[in-house]
Amino acid sequence: MEMPVPSALVISRKDQLVSRLREVLPRDAVISDISETRAYECDGLTAYRCPPLCAVLPANTAEVAAVLRICHEMNVPVVPRGSGTSLAGGALPTADCVILGVAKMSGVIETNYDDRYIRVQTGRTNLSVTGAVEANGFFYAPDPSSQLACAIAGNIAMNSGGAHCLKYGVTTNNLMGVTMVMMDGSVVEIGGAHLDAGGLDLLGVICGSEGQLGVVTEATLRILHKPEGARPVLMGYDNSEVAGQVVTDIIKAGVLPVAIEFMDRPCIEATEKFAKAGYPMCEALLIVEVEGSDAEIDAQLALIMEIAAKHNPVELREAKSADEAARIWLGRKSAFGAMGQINDYMCLDGTIPVSSLPFVLKRIGEMSKEFGLDVGNVFHAGDGNMHPLILFDANKEGDLELCEEFGAEILKLCVEVGGCLTGEHGVGIEKRDLMHVQFAPADLEAQMAVKDVFDPKWLLNPAKVFPLDSSAQRRVA
Amino acid sequence: MTPHSEADLAQMITAASGPLRIVGGGTRPIGRVTGEILDVSAMSGITLYEPGALTLVAKAGTPIAEIETALAAQNQRLAFEPMDHRTLLGTKGTPTIGGVVAANVSGPRRIAVGACRDFMLGVRFVDGTGNIIKNGGRVMKNVTGYDLVKLMTGAYGTLGVLTEVSLKVLPAVETTLSLTLTGLDDAAAIRAMSAALSSPYEVTGVAHDPSTATTNFRLEGFKASVAYRADELRKKLAPFGAASEAKTDWTAIRDVHAFAKQQGDVWRISVKPSDAAALTAKLGATSVQYDWGGGLIWALCPVGHDLRAAMGDTAGHATLVRGTGCGPTFHPEPAPIAAITAGLRAKFDPRNILNTGIMS
Repeated sequence: MEMPVPSALVISRKDQLVSRLREVLPRDAVISDISETRAYECDGLTAYRCPPLCAVLPANTAEVAAVLRICHEMNVPVVPRGSGTSLAGGALPTADCVILGVAKMSGVIETNYDDRYIRVQTGRTNLSVTGAVEANGFFYAPDPSSQLACAIAGNIAMNSGGAHCLKYGVTTNNLMGVTMVMMDGSVVEIGGAHLDAGGLDLLGVICGSEGQLGVVTEATLRILHKPEGARPVLMGYDNSEVAGQVVTDIIKAGVLPVAIEFMDRPCIEATEKFAKAGYPMCEALLIVEVEGSDAEIDAQLALIMEIAAKHNPVELREAKSADEAARIWLGRKSAFGAMGQINDYMCLDGTIPVSSLPFVLKRIGEMSKEFGLDVGNVFHAGDGNMHPLILFDANKEGDLELCEEFGAEILKLCVEVGGCLTGEHGVGIEKRDLMHVQFAPADLEAQMAVKDVFDPKWLLNPAKVFPLDSSAQRRVA
Repeated sequence: MTPHSEADLAQMITAASGPLRIVGGGTRPIGRVTGEILDVSAMSGITLYEPGALTLVAKAGTPIAEIETALAAQNQRLAFEPMDHRTLLGTKGTPTIGGVVAANVSGPRRIAVGACRDFMLGVRFVDGTGNIIKNGGRVMKNVTGYDLVKLMTGAYGTLGVLTEVSLKVLPAVETTLSLTLTGLDDAAAIRAMSAALSSPYEVTGVAHDPSTATTNFRLEGFKASVAYRADELRKKLAPFGAASEAKTDWTAIRDVHAFAKQQGDVWRISVKPSDAAALTAKLGATSVQYDWGGGLIWALCPVGHDLRAAMGDTAGHATLVRGTGCGPTFHPEPAPIAAITAGLRAKFDPRNILNTGIMS
């Protein structure tokens, strides 16, 4: 993956930069020794690595502002970093950048159950937001798979989703307000505890801007009372087209499950070997989960089972206990780990219209043969967000490149059928150069114009999201 | 001017020599704006509807009624329940989806399921220089590039003229049941509404009418589930009185019928629910209605009343929806936000011709 040539001038002024940063931050919050900056050389997209010029770990909004003011003055690029779990390279450094980590900012500022929100510092992990309110029966809805580790800062940057977003939405639907530091060090407050802040929906465009518009230091998040209970059913089919029809029929029947997950045969086989969840060997497996009181769940599941049964399932299994529910989820939750046992893998996350599922799976199968690389498909079927896992061998020369080429073809296919390159992982560097496939030059210009307003010098995470050729003139200006 | 296609519109905007006032159905004349009328209602029609994928794409001038009819035929709906402003504002005409999106119009269900902006999947629009731009798409999960869909929703056409929108839709509800408490003062009513919204019973409407001291709660879903939740909610609300089943008119609440025939300015105020009762006490309003569990206050005020001065430093924002009011229509923004807003407008509409000044 091509990255811009780092600025020799910025690199040559490292000592001056570090000493200025040390004036505004505690000594241990500025990391400049090469043996230590290496810890920040990559995120979840580990195929690409580059140690930053230095890393800083500010503890509050004022320290973030002080850091950005210095970097702005000295024209140093800044790459914000949550917990570094991005699968798209969103936090990948360049050799001339300062990594701004929010890990020290993990406090809860306010919880308000009457008005149903929590205000946190954005270094707090996703799961520990729920942790802070669950004793009172509440939870924070967006649940990315990495929720144990990933930070709210990164969730906001990438507009993260999760398995339960069919009902609860993604980050942008649960974010009420932010405190954000602009690249020049000024601090803005957007939104808050009241709904639908007046004026332009700046919150909406900040969420998902991959850390390119500002550094969000505090966030007001909507919290909800936990449902009384939840229970999944598992169904297996001999054909993915039929499974797709089952999903459509469930949705058309007026039931809105909290999650509909799909796995194909290669994925089922891999997870069975690994997790032994007792899944049926079939072409398409669905896990459908509903929420409510016991009686409500029974009623919803009865309707879902009736629909499922009409389509000749090879297996239909309803969880009767918490233990059985956990077994149904076991394989799905182990899927990525299981694929990792077999080989290195690359995880894609394009979204397609649900109606295109059978066609897309068929094409992916054909491409798998053409490229000679195996693929397993895990899929949030309710919302069309696919997760093809392409297996490759990192130690085999050319395999990574072949895998990337295959991945790009799959993403192009997603766009071709009316979908998009990324449903929840973000563009980062991974899909940056494919943006031309989805967007015309005017579409990209409009997006880059937004960055021009927030960060006129293009110093915040500049080598991400936009194809390098599209952003070249702005980045050197 | 009346464009019949996106290409028409792009040409007209490129050739425009002065300010344009964008009009869809003309049912929500909110904000002060002058200029040559740009009537977008001829760009109309549903272009794609996939009930199984819960998605609908329509040209901006499509009447809401047409969309709701198409959805109802498949037992689906626009879950954010867009308000129809005609009764309150005394306007005629046909509300369009473009108008709903441009003004981010939502109804009582906003508190439970989100606003119009939360159901927006994609837009096509023409910016102030005549460029045709698309953003988002027609799939439910999409983080590809910046979310200009949100930015365009509620921008009142000031960043571009919408030509097509794509929306997430939801299944229709089988059963609706309303519960009512009576005799509560504003503060107690808001506590009762908060209790309902903080429960797991999925209340989809919570409104209070101080003039009759009635507090309304709405439950929706499958019949057995609604009956169960109604029983549980009654128990939860017991400290506030005995809630009884009622035939609440949620359309009247959504459209603020209470103020339709009354003289005066009408303001719409978004606040933190727990601030609402104290705020209302100092507003100097003739009459108020609460929606969104207290988070939305509709205030009827004497003509020219300086409502924002009365709000003082309470966090929130007030929009003048009807009348001449006092001060700008939209809540003044702090200087740093106003600077970002002005910067965005200068990028998307450098000649400053699209609904100029409507959001001030």
